[in-house]
Amino acid sequence: MASVSVRKVVKVYDGGVQAVKGIDLEIEDREFVVLVGPSGCGKSTTLRMIAGLEEISDGEISIGGDIVNDVPPRDRDIAMVFQNYALYPHMSVFDNMAFGLKLRKFSKDEIKRRVDEAARILDIAPLLDRKPRALSGGQRQRVAMGRAIVRNPKVFLFDEPLSNLDAKLRVQMRTEIKKVHQTVKTTTVYVTHDQVEAMTLADRVVVMNGGIIEQVGSPQELYHNPATRFVAGFIGSPAMNFLPVRVQDGPGGGLAVRVTDQIVLPVPSEKTDRYGKYKGREMVMGLRPEHLFEYHENGKPGWARVELPVDVVEPMGMETMVHFFVNREPVCARVDPATRAEPNEMLPLTADLNQMHLMEPDTGRVV
Amino acid sequence: MSATTLEEARAAHLSRRHSLHRQRQWALWGSYIALAVFVVIFLVPPFYMLMTSLKTSAEISAQQGNPWYAHHPTLANFWYLITYPNFQQYYLNSVIVTVLTVVVSMSIAILAAFSLARMGFWGSQTLATGVFLTYLVPASLLFLPLFQIVGWLHLINSYWCLVLLYPTLAVPFCTWIMIGYFSSIPKELDEAALIDGAGYLQMLFRIFIPVAMPGIIAATIFAFTVAWGQFLYPLAYLYTSGQMVLTVGIVSDLIRGDVFEWGKIMAANVLASLPPILIYAFLMDYYVAGLTAGATKG
Repeated sequence: MASVSVRKVVKVYDGGVQAVKGIDLEIEDREFVVLVGPSGCGKSTTLRMIAGLEEISDGEISIGGDIVNDVPPRDRDIAMVFQNYALYPHMSVFDNMAFGLKLRKFSKDEIKRRVDEAARILDIAPLLDRKPRALSGGQRQRVAMGRAIVRNPKVFLFDEPLSNLDAKLRVQMRTEIKKVHQTVKTTTVYVTHDQVEAMTLADRVVVMNGGIIEQVGSPQELYHNPATRFVAGFIGSPAMNFLPVRVQDGPGGGLAVRVTDQIVLPVPSEKTDRYGKYKGREMVMGLRPEHLFEYHENGKPGWARVELPVDVVEPMGMETMVHFFVNREPVCARVDPATRAEPNEMLPLTADLNQMHLMEPDTGRVV
Repeated sequence: MSATTLEEARAAHLSRRHSLHRQRQWALWGSYIALAVFVVIFLVPPFYMLMTSLKTSAEISAQQGNPWYAHHPTLANFWYLITYPNFQQYYLNSVIVTVLTVVVSMSIAILAAFSLARMGFWGSQTLATGVFLTYLVPASLLFLPLFQIVGWLHLINSYWCLVLLYPTLAVPFCTWIMIGYFSSIPKELDEAALIDGAGYLQMLFRIFIPVAMPGIIAATIFAFTVAWGQFLYPLAYLYTSGQMVLTVGIVSDLIRGDVFEWGKIMAANVLASLPPILIYAFLMDYYVAGLTAGATKG
């Protein structure tokens, strides 16, 4: 068990490509941290630098207080789970899990005890004699996790471990990983490009983009208070709607945002102070699909009525997604399935403006 | 109306099936004919060799009768060779040279391929290409300069010079095969081993060699073939029967002046081809099994 700290770490590849541009990250003991971002954002490189599989171009990484910049992977006391499992194909499940312990000269009894214990936690005890090729994808993933658990390392590193599984299994294994972490409570760094995985697993999520950290925070924090337009758009599914707006005086006093001549939305009074100084400026408004829903006669304060022309209707069962175009920008609303929506008709909606965000169009900073 | 369209559809379906069936028939006939030609070209000489080895000298030189069939088969030629000390010596020399060549070549090739494919040091790509280029130089061009070297080493007329020279022919190609095979092993496997605590040698012996077994067998078969069948080098470097290997021993011992002892020559060839046949037959199965095992993910 240990904390991990990443200080001003830079990674420049041989070709001069800067994959990681000086990031700082403190991971506490027993914490489950997820690095998330689109491909090429530097999340895997960061993980591999913590593992020691990539050299650090600049900066400092320490595990449990010791700087490990020049320590080889085997002496860092970490365990890693790879996307393609990386099981040794010629060894049985037992030998796969025992390999690291054998190399570290553990006694036979201790190896057996640890492997059996891990097999029990992961529910793979009946598979110990099998070869990896006789296992399903989910079982292989469990064995890969078992190989990490038996070592009882300071830190677990997961590199997109669920990407090779089908959707159903992925949800199931996600729960398993969370359960394992609750049982063994080892500090965990987990890399994924799937924001749902990040939200459901993490104590803290680190959103990366273009080699820098955009925001670090709890899943709720990122969802409700994104720091940048990138985070706002990346976290949440379907993604947040973004519309260019102008901040101006409201028709009945107060402040309003003008989307089109027909759509002018009053800013809720508790936000007028914050947004007042942007009066007269072009901004970007962000509103999540779940905050744009069917029209209710008896609205709450901050709810505004808008009417939009329906483009596409997608019934999902427990909810219906309705897509529109406003100013040629796509907008999505999440409405009650009982709502009657037909393409090319106007649909009255409620916009919950208490949940709106305003961003600077050039920097993407949420104000 | 609907009945007629149904009928038409069924007829169309049937004719389509027929034409597919016919195409398949043609393809099968075509491949059988091609295979038959192939079999005739490649199997008739060994068959003739086997038949001749079972004949007496009198029957071989007889002008009448069917030459493709041994009328009075005899194992006399084989018995002669098995009890003939020179032939035993050639066989033993061939086995020693071949086994040592395979061991030396594979040791060098595996270590070289592992470092070239996996350790990614400066210039490893260029070196890998260079290794392959050396394979492209024909062996017949090299034997004169190599004669000088062997002379300096005082190894002329010693089969040890073959143990020294054959790896120069086998190593480049074996290394090339092994580089390809090692490169096909996912990078994550060595990373997992590194994190598990393995050093490079442990990684090689406990992960790479077992996983790359089909590739190693393919390379071994190649090295074996080079060492067992090479004719030019032993012809150039060996001249006493105590040092000769099978390929030159048979030719120099069983052709005396202009007397060709065909029965014995052919029997010697049959005996000399046994190890390759056995090794191919046995290892090919293993080789194919290994290939299919590696084909599935994981």
